[in-house]
Formats: sequence, C-alpha cells, structure tokens
Amino acid sequence: MGKITNEELLQQINEKFGEAIKVEGEPYGLLTIEAGRENIIDLLTFLKTSPELQFIYLTDITAIHYPEREKPIGIVYHLHSLVNNVRIRIKVFVADGDVWIPSATVLWDGANWMERETYDFFGVDFKGHPDLRRILNVDDMTVFPMRREYPLEDPNRVDKKDYFFGR
Amino acid sequence: MHNHPVYTDNDPQSELSTLNLGPTHPATHGVFQNVLQLDGERIVSGVSTIGYIHRAFEKIAEHRPFYQITPLTDRLNYCSSPINNMGWHMTVEKLLNIQMPKRVDYLRIIVMELARIADHIVCNGVLGVDTGAFTGFLYMMEYREAIYEIYEEICGSRLTTNVGRIGGFERNFNEIFFRKVNKFLAEFPAVLQEFENLFNRNRIFMDRTRGVAAVSAETALGYSWSGVLLRATGVDYDVRAMNPYSSYDDLSFEVPVGTSGDVYDRFLVRNEEMKQSMSMIQQCLDKLKGEDPTIFHADVPEFYLPPKEEVYNNMEALIYHFKIVMGEVETPVGEVYHSVEGANGELGFWLVNDGGRTPYRLHFRRPSFINYQMYAPMSRGMLLSDAIINMSSLNIIAGELDA
Repeated sequence: MGKITNEELLQQINEKFGEAIKVEGEPYGLLTIEAGRENIIDLLTFLKTSPELQFIYLTDITAIHYPEREKPIGIVYHLHSLVNNVRIRIKVFVADGDVWIPSATVLWDGANWMERETYDFFGVDFKGHPDLRRILNVDDMTVFPMRREYPLEDPNRVDKKDYFFGR
Repeated sequence: MHNHPVYTDNDPQSELSTLNLGPTHPATHGVFQNVLQLDGERIVSGVSTIGYIHRAFEKIAEHRPFYQITPLTDRLNYCSSPINNMGWHMTVEKLLNIQMPKRVDYLRIIVMELARIADHIVCNGVLGVDTGAFTGFLYMMEYREAIYEIYEEICGSRLTTNVGRIGGFERNFNEIFFRKVNKFLAEFPAVLQEFENLFNRNRIFMDRTRGVAAVSAETALGYSWSGVLLRATGVDYDVRAMNPYSSYDDLSFEVPVGTSGDVYDRFLVRNEEMKQSMSMIQQCLDKLKGEDPTIFHADVPEFYLPPKEEVYNNMEALIYHFKIVMGEVETPVGEVYHSVEGANGELGFWLVNDGGRTPYRLHFRRPSFINYQMYAPMSRGMLLSDAIINMSSLNIIAGELDA
C-alpha cells in the first residue's frame, strides 16, 4: 500500500510553503519536518484538506524538552493519511518563556485533550483552545512535570529512611 | 433517537439537578468522574474528569532502561497486557533494527490475539451485565480464565504478564501451551455462538443498544477514534491490516466493520473480531508446523536477556546479562513511532533515543485516553441509563486512560 512517497509528499509541501519548512529526516521511513508556529495551522489545514494528501487523521500531539537548545520545547504532531496510508511527523520548536502555539482544535475536535495533556506536562499554551486546563495532574500544581528540570525524586533521599517511620 | 428537547440552564421550564457519576460509581468500570447536569433523566451537559490514578509512566520511562519499561506497558491496558508488552518490544526492535525469526512472530500473534479475545470477552460480557443480563458474562468469563491459564504456561503470571523479551520470548512454549490453545479453539466457538444467540436478537438488548450513542464516521475520525469504536462507524482502519507489524501480512483475515456506529454495532464488531482472531491463531498454529521448534528468540545476544542458567555457566552470557541489566548496551540514536492494534484502538509508542541508558522521551498514544474524550459531549441529550451502556461499550480502561 502507500500511493504517495515521502518525496512526492515533501514536494507538495515545499511547493506550498517553500523555505518555511525544514526537513529533519526520515527516521524509520517516517517523514519528519519542522515548521514554525506562525504557519503550523496553515500547514495542518493544507495537509488535512488537500484532496491528494488527505491527512484526515490526527494520531497524536505531544511535546519534548531539550533544555540545552535555544528553542527548548518542541511540540510534535503525528498525522496519518488513511487514504494514502502515509504518516508524517511535524515539529514546532518554541523558546522558553514564550511557549505558545495556535490550537489545532479548529481542525480536529480530538486535539482538545491531546493539547490539554501537552499543556499539563510541558506548559505549552495552546492559543484558542476552548478549555485549556490540566487533565491528569492536580489543578493546583505549579510546575510542568515532564520538563527535564524536574527529575524523579531520588530513591536514596534521607527522609525516606525507614527509621524516620519507626520501622 | 435523541430528538427530545434539551433544556439549558436558563430555561425557566427546567429544574436541573447535578449528579456526580463516579469517581467510584458501581456503574462506571473504574475511577471515572462525570459531573452531569440532569433534566429529569436526560443529560443536559457533562464534564469528564480523569486523573485519579495518574502514575507518571512517561516520566518513569525516562529513568529506566528499555527492559524495565516492560512492566509499565503491562499496566496500561491490563485487560490485554501482552499486546502492550509486545508493542513496546517491537518498538525497541524497530529502533535496533532487529529482524525476528518467523516462529517468534507467529507465537507473538497467537498470544496477542488471545489477549484481544480476552479483552473483548470482558467488554462484551460487561455490556451484557449493564443491560441486565448477567448470564452471558458468566458464560464468557470462564474462557477469559482459560486464556489466563494459557498465559500462565508461557510466563507464570496471568494479568500483568511481562511475557516478552526484546528479541523474542523469555522461554520456549511448552506442549501444554499448545494443548490449551487447541482446546480453547475447539471449545470457544460454541460458547461464543451461544453468547450471540443470547444477545444478538434479544428484544431487550436490541432496544437498549440500537441507536444508542450512534456516531458518524466523520465525527469519529474528527475525534481521532480508533479500534472497534471507529470500525463500528464503518471506517475499516485496522493497524494490523494497514501497517502490518510482526507477521500479520502472512495471514488472511477480514476487518469487520459496522454501519451505524451505535452500541449495538460495537458489540457485533467485537464478536466478529473474536472470530477473526481465532482464525488468525489457527493460521499461525498451522504455519508453526514448518518452523524449527527450538527457536523462540532472535540471535541478538547484545540485546536479548540470556536465560538464568546460562548466566551462571557461561561467561559471555554473564557479560551480556550484566550489560543489559545495567543499561550499558549501545543503542542507536534516533526516533521511532510504532503502533499496534490494541484491543481498544491504535496503541502507539513514540520513542526518542539519544543513545543513553534510558529513552530520552517516550510517549504512549493511549487509545482509551483519546476515545474517552467524546464521552461527555456525546452524552448530551442522552438518558442516564443510555450513558451507562455507552460507557461500557467504549471499553475504557482506567490504567490506559490515565497512564
């Protein structure tokens, strides 16, 4: 299966967006591109509505944190064209202190909880999201726990020693 | 079905009441809270809250070597844990470029399809219970036990199986395993038929489920639904058929689809899938006859955890054991997305590896999480009793919803 190759797909995207899109590679056959947040909604709309490509299925939205980079937070979209059976991965990197991106809920209702989860764990502010609240963690949490500056607590912590608990 | 007037908060005719359905309501199959606004018995609006059993699996995974992540995957969809296990192992194998022997692939498919049957047994059985028919649940539960006994033969445990290894299985499958699988294949079709006889044309069951919570294909796709729920709306998206992993492309099977996307169709699709799964298991058993019966893992000593007796008696095995357990094996830098058809939808693993001891980032695309977000919007205008049936038909597993 797969009527569209990664080259054709990339060519179509390049025709439309040109220099605004950077290709990251094809790890394990999955075309990965990098876009900016100013054109992410245009790009997603193009991919979804293009009669040839038809990336109608939003598989996933999540994020990743590279603290040492200039733009540390990357928002990652996985799309799937069910018609052509091709997947694509899109990344958008944003700078610390300026972590926002337009919401994809205008295109897919299903983006709602995926974006809430990403907000909950990475603090990405999805502008235009109808109900951006924490979803898995408690509401009064003040940090975004999946960022790299919050490691798991150390199992050797002294206040976890048994003798503090009379054991 | 739902052409009844829906009153809003400002409507002077209505007096709304608030109902906390859950977190531990007997009619919700786990820790789910839905705050519902009710006008009589009709739901006007609802808000779902999840996050009661959040265990931070993605964070923990960043602190563990690949092997130690397996027990986390078990605890996602615990009704069909082998699928989660093997999905994870296949993701790692994709990263490491390990080619599996055919026998391992077929054995994996047998176990994964058994897991799917077990999951569907629970879901459809409980759907029966929620409509007031306990008998079907009892008939079917015996066969979930039979499947758990089969798991016991291959790994010693029943629910959270931890059955696989990167590169294959921990041990070879014994004769009793094959005997039990054959016994299951011989006996279960009749039980399933009896179960279908009990429900499929049952007046009460049909009245309670037909037209209830019907979802169109467009809506389902917009909400990124997958698995049985999406197929019940008529979209034949099945990861096994579309992006075959393991050796699913060696098998011939059909993808059952529904037409109306209602609770009744989801029930029927699950029953049909169980039949397809049995046919797949039979095909794999037939194909196994041509394979070397001693092979149960790939020849990748640097990644495959050696058996204990070898560790005690063989220097190489001891070294590899040490390196694997301490996370000292070199793994390629890269990122992988791999998905398998879980029992309730597309279960995806996005793994970013920087070559360190642990994954740099691991994200689980959990079908329950994505499927469940439509529950509150779709309940609007529904009767409370229908919303209960709807929840059981969605096959939501709390462990996966809130990983």
